[in-house]
Amino acid sequence: MSRLMPLLTLGVAALFLASLLIGPAPVGVLDSLSALILDDGTPMTLVMREIRLPRALLAVIVGASLGMAGAAMQGYLRNPLAEPGLIGVSASAALGAVIALQTGLAAAFTLALPLTALGTALLGVLLLLALAGPRGASLTLILAGIAISALAGALLSLVLNLSPNPFATSEIVFWMMGSLADRSMTHVWLALPLSVLGWLMLATLGRGLDALTLGEDAAQALGIRLTRLRLTLVIATASVVGAATAVAGAIGFVGLVVPHILRPLVGARPSRLLFASALGGAVLVLAADIAVRLILPDRDLKLGVVMALIGAPLFLHLIYKTRKEFA
Amino acid sequence: MTALLALHDLSVHRGSRPVVDHVSLRVGPGECVGLIGPNGAGKTSLLRAALGLLAHQGQSNIADLPAHARARQAAWMPQSREIAWGIDVEAVIALGRTPWLPRGGRLRPEDRAAVDRAIRRMKLESFRHRPANHLSGGEQARVLIARALAQETPLLMADEPIAGLDPAAQITTMEVFGRIAAEGKAVVVSLHDLGLAARHCTRLVMLDRGRAVADGAPGAVLTPERLEEVFALRAFYSRSADGPIFQPLESLR
Repeated sequence: MSRLMPLLTLGVAALFLASLLIGPAPVGVLDSLSALILDDGTPMTLVMREIRLPRALLAVIVGASLGMAGAAMQGYLRNPLAEPGLIGVSASAALGAVIALQTGLAAAFTLALPLTALGTALLGVLLLLALAGPRGASLTLILAGIAISALAGALLSLVLNLSPNPFATSEIVFWMMGSLADRSMTHVWLALPLSVLGWLMLATLGRGLDALTLGEDAAQALGIRLTRLRLTLVIATASVVGAATAVAGAIGFVGLVVPHILRPLVGARPSRLLFASALGGAVLVLAADIAVRLILPDRDLKLGVVMALIGAPLFLHLIYKTRKEFA
Repeated sequence: MTALLALHDLSVHRGSRPVVDHVSLRVGPGECVGLIGPNGAGKTSLLRAALGLLAHQGQSNIADLPAHARARQAAWMPQSREIAWGIDVEAVIALGRTPWLPRGGRLRPEDRAAVDRAIRRMKLESFRHRPANHLSGGEQARVLIARALAQETPLLMADEPIAGLDPAAQITTMEVFGRIAAEGKAVVVSLHDLGLAARHCTRLVMLDRGRAVADGAPGAVLTPERLEEVFALRAFYSRSADGPIFQPLESLR
């Protein structure tokens, strides 16, 4: 444990640097970094500041958000299969994005797509809270989340189904695969405040999640206000996942796999897992986003696809390793 | 007498049916109260309502406290024994210190001392660094009792804490409860083993269909008439040189 956090921090720093240095423009390490820091008037400054920096920053933001929200959701539900998409926010954000693409709104101005996605994510959360209520049990929360995901998924299919325009359809399909390519600092400034707000809220949950290890009754008797914890969790998860989906599309497996890998390394303590998973999520998304650029540089491989290709086998391996524990 | 637990006219309804029916109870320092009654008598509901974990009518001095103050006044060991993750035993027991820790704080020396006391009391030294979910059911129960002890509150409430423990562990646990009460705290514990209740509790409260039908010294509560009426049971009860001996003999149902 004592060495895990520095190691993860180091991993984030190293991969962040690597992310800044890898790209189609063949420029040396020192030249790239000096172009990032000093505006030397060359196109390289533009490449570094407007293309590579936002991409690396978004990888950190999205990864940390998904990792931390996954750890919090698993801790709250005391279930290693929980993931942040469970409350229906990613599905409703995706619906908004698809509507923006389909109606052509997305082409009108840069932020049209992420803003619409955030709008529908907010609608999804409001519907969730109305259904599960601030006092609802955890099971009601899951069921309401599944229902909202299903509804958003059905509406999304409807949009695709009725789409008269094959170009819009392929654009939608590619967007849904999730990517960090061609994002700008505007996207960073949109996602960052919501994400930071969500991280701060999630960071307050550590003690309550630890106490929940003993069940809801015992946690309440230890002075944990469950109603407040649940509300904080839902709003924080909605903020970070809504923001992440709005700027990057649907990226799965991070919130599921990262807490699962790191749990044994933090003594299974939910509070420690929160912060470790934030760093671990950033590491995984940065690494996957670098892989996207290295494996097939000219084919625009999508981050969400690579993530699932890394995540699913990793998950299978974990299940294989731990299957005795579940028996 | 300053009561550590004071219930006045406490009722709990499931639908329109009362599961706890106008129970009043005062428990003071030095008392180890055994809550007895057949299945469905309302023992768990009474304890949970007293703690404010269940909607109720009437008053409970513990339920009236704000969450944080309540956790420093009463410790609770629920019947369902849940340890979700593979946290080591020491860390599980340290969760009992949650209400005492400063905001975002780590364990202070006095918290560590309380955890060590609880570990010694429940004789868990050799388990200290093992993942709690790898232990047997009875061992997990002892860990969770130690967790409640580590909270070091004036009042300790436990719902069937000794169910599933081996005979020696059952007796050790009841002796620990007795000693805690003798130190000037109060213990309220629901039990199905009337023999252990008779030997180790200073006082018994008998529940039947939500109502407290008897309250007093074990010998005065466990009368043949009440045992027949409430438990449908015939039993042997006598005082010996080894203390009170209670043995259920036959079911009258």
